[in-house]
Amino acid sequence: MSTGLYSTDKKDLSNELNLKEIKPYGDTMNDGKTQLSFTLPVQCGDEAIEAAKQLMKKMGFENPQVVFYKELTKGFTFFNCYGSCTHNIDFTTIVVPKVDTSVMTMDETDEYIKQNIGRKLIVIGASTGTDAHTVGIDAIMNMKGFAGHYGLERYDMIEAINLGSQVLNEDFIAKAIELKADCLLVSQTVTQKDVHIKNLVELVEMLEAEGLRDKVILCCGGPRLNLELAKELGYDAGFGMNTYADNVASYMAEEFVKRMK
Amino acid sequence: MRESKLGLDFTKVDYAKQLAKNISNDVQTFVDSYSTVSVERTLCRLMGIDGVDSNEAPLPNILVDFIKDKGMLKHGVLFLLGNAIVATGLSPQEIAEKTSTNELDITSLPLCEKEKAYKALQPYIDSSINRIAGNRKKREDFIKNNSEGEKPYLYVIVATGNIYEDVIQAQAAARQGSDIIAVIRTTGQSLLDYVPYGATTEGFGGTFATQENFRIMRKALDEVGEEVGRYIRLCNYCSGLCMPEIAAMGALEGLDVMLNDALYGILFRDINMKRTLVDQYFSRIINGFAGVIINTGEDNYLTTADAYEEAHTVLASDLINEQLAFAAGLPEEQMGLGHAFEMDPELENGFLYELAQAQMTREIFPNAPLKYMPPTKFMTGNIFRGQIQNALFNAISIWTGQGLQLLGMLTEAVHTPFMSDRYLAIENAKYIFNNMKSIGDEVEFKKGGMMQNRAQSILEQSIALLKRIDQENLFDAIEKGIFADIKRPKDGGKGLSGVFEKDEHYYNPFIDLMKGKR
Repeated sequence: MSTGLYSTDKKDLSNELNLKEIKPYGDTMNDGKTQLSFTLPVQCGDEAIEAAKQLMKKMGFENPQVVFYKELTKGFTFFNCYGSCTHNIDFTTIVVPKVDTSVMTMDETDEYIKQNIGRKLIVIGASTGTDAHTVGIDAIMNMKGFAGHYGLERYDMIEAINLGSQVLNEDFIAKAIELKADCLLVSQTVTQKDVHIKNLVELVEMLEAEGLRDKVILCCGGPRLNLELAKELGYDAGFGMNTYADNVASYMAEEFVKRMK
Repeated sequence: MRESKLGLDFTKVDYAKQLAKNISNDVQTFVDSYSTVSVERTLCRLMGIDGVDSNEAPLPNILVDFIKDKGMLKHGVLFLLGNAIVATGLSPQEIAEKTSTNELDITSLPLCEKEKAYKALQPYIDSSINRIAGNRKKREDFIKNNSEGEKPYLYVIVATGNIYEDVIQAQAAARQGSDIIAVIRTTGQSLLDYVPYGATTEGFGGTFATQENFRIMRKALDEVGEEVGRYIRLCNYCSGLCMPEIAAMGALEGLDVMLNDALYGILFRDINMKRTLVDQYFSRIINGFAGVIINTGEDNYLTTADAYEEAHTVLASDLINEQLAFAAGLPEEQMGLGHAFEMDPELENGFLYELAQAQMTREIFPNAPLKYMPPTKFMTGNIFRGQIQNALFNAISIWTGQGLQLLGMLTEAVHTPFMSDRYLAIENAKYIFNNMKSIGDEVEFKKGGMMQNRAQSILEQSIALLKRIDQENLFDAIEKGIFADIKRPKDGGKGLSGVFEKDEHYYNPFIDLMKGKR
């Protein structure tokens, strides 16, 4: 490779760090050096390499270099590239809104419960009413978890009991009383004719009638649920798409501690 | 005279196998007197019953549920089906269709002599047996006339959710050098008590296992196999509540490798242990007959339990799985017993311990094409280190002669593999397998050294564990959380209501026709 190993072109770079204009760092301040790899859905050849370079220019890279390419299969070419990023960011004005509860890892949650609660949290979960889908509740509760996020059963400091699907609200409450559950998780997947709303509201009403509503942390989850809807229905929290056991466990632990105070 | 590089005492290995055999015999005594709804549905499928009713309910489910509701399932589905063929002159498929439209009640037909009913079934039995045997022969002929990859087979996964997209990914992987393509199932399919029907284009984290999808992928792999002059094996998941049904569908469509492990379902999917051990027995008989390599799921233990501390539970489980497979007539050459490269990368000399364990597993199961799983637990998103972890994993595999190498992806824990991730994984494995090809023949281990001691102590610990399980039984041991720190009650979990005791009229000729046969 004749280019790219050592850059010999004259640089007109300020080598001062300016937090108002930060950019990637390779080996010299403000060089903007970035490595990236991608695949383009075209046959390998000079045109493909040129396309990769032009794409990088569109992404805002100066001096784009394709250092490796390989046709993965007919019509798909893989590239390793370097370039100098022309964009910069004003680091001094960055504000990241922090959510109420942070999402802790499994180990962090276990440790948090150990330190702050000192006993296992008892959590029961079910897919209630006529809903036969266990995918949601299993993704949150089963040992194996989902998408690399282990389920609640795997937590040392959570006693997780998964009642499965088609659990009647009255049976769910009876089990909650029997096991002295701290947290109740309800999964609703089927949303035809808003059956999930009816089911979820019925559970809240029954818990209130039993005088239990304030004694438990009540959460619902499902692909068509979110925090806003959950609150409206009388739940403490709701978990929709792209949330995992980590989100649920962190929330339950922190909410429990909040209520102890 | 068996030789061990690790100084293993083979009388101890034999003793461990005897203990595992006792445990397996105990399970088998139970399994022999029971059947399940999924075993009965499998028999329906082997009789040629397929398709769904107007509500998308599979006809095998409709027929079996109908018989169950009438309280007649203890006789088994086959006798009633044979009797119905005699009484109506209809085919099994027509009988199932008429059951679904309430035009026929096969439990209230006049009963014929059982020999007559059995005879009526014979053409359908022969047809399935011949088709499965034919698929096996087709595979063997292809390999004879072309070639197959050298072991360790390069095993990669596709998981787009859309079978047609999977085909593109799978063919690309085959051209890049993969020997086995596994189509990951959609999340939660293992808990469905039916097998969906037809070609599917939507899934969550994977693609539905259906007979049509099997057929589509088999055809695609045969095409690309011709192109590259190498047989490409197709793998799917014969686990969960439909274990034997998937085995039958795979056998009918020429699949080559199946994940097939009751212990995995019990521990990680909370499937009832009685249900799945009965299901597993019949599914392994079918897999054995079809020439399918099974994969067991011990690697999963190490995603919950520590790979250093709990290595002996993996070995103990492999030993039990071996005996349960023997009990179903599955030959050693088809036993992809599982283990994994899951030691903490921070552990000093972790590579040596991994190497010792892989070598030990090789020596204890000399004829089994062991399935070696890549690092997952300690993959972090640091793809650069990930590539090194996978390289170490590949080094151990070629060193110790593993059979099925599930390739590690540098982007494990980030996303389902990109086409380029798979390319980099294959390149990594090919480089190492070629560059270190004969290292296992050339290098011996220090006598009394760290590795020998490690292997010997794992064997000792496994024997102690097997003794404990043998004193109780497998069911009680699982109840106490002996594997992967997970406890499962005997009468808990999913699918127990589908288990029933066979009465004296129960009939399943496939056990004799398939078990230990080829």
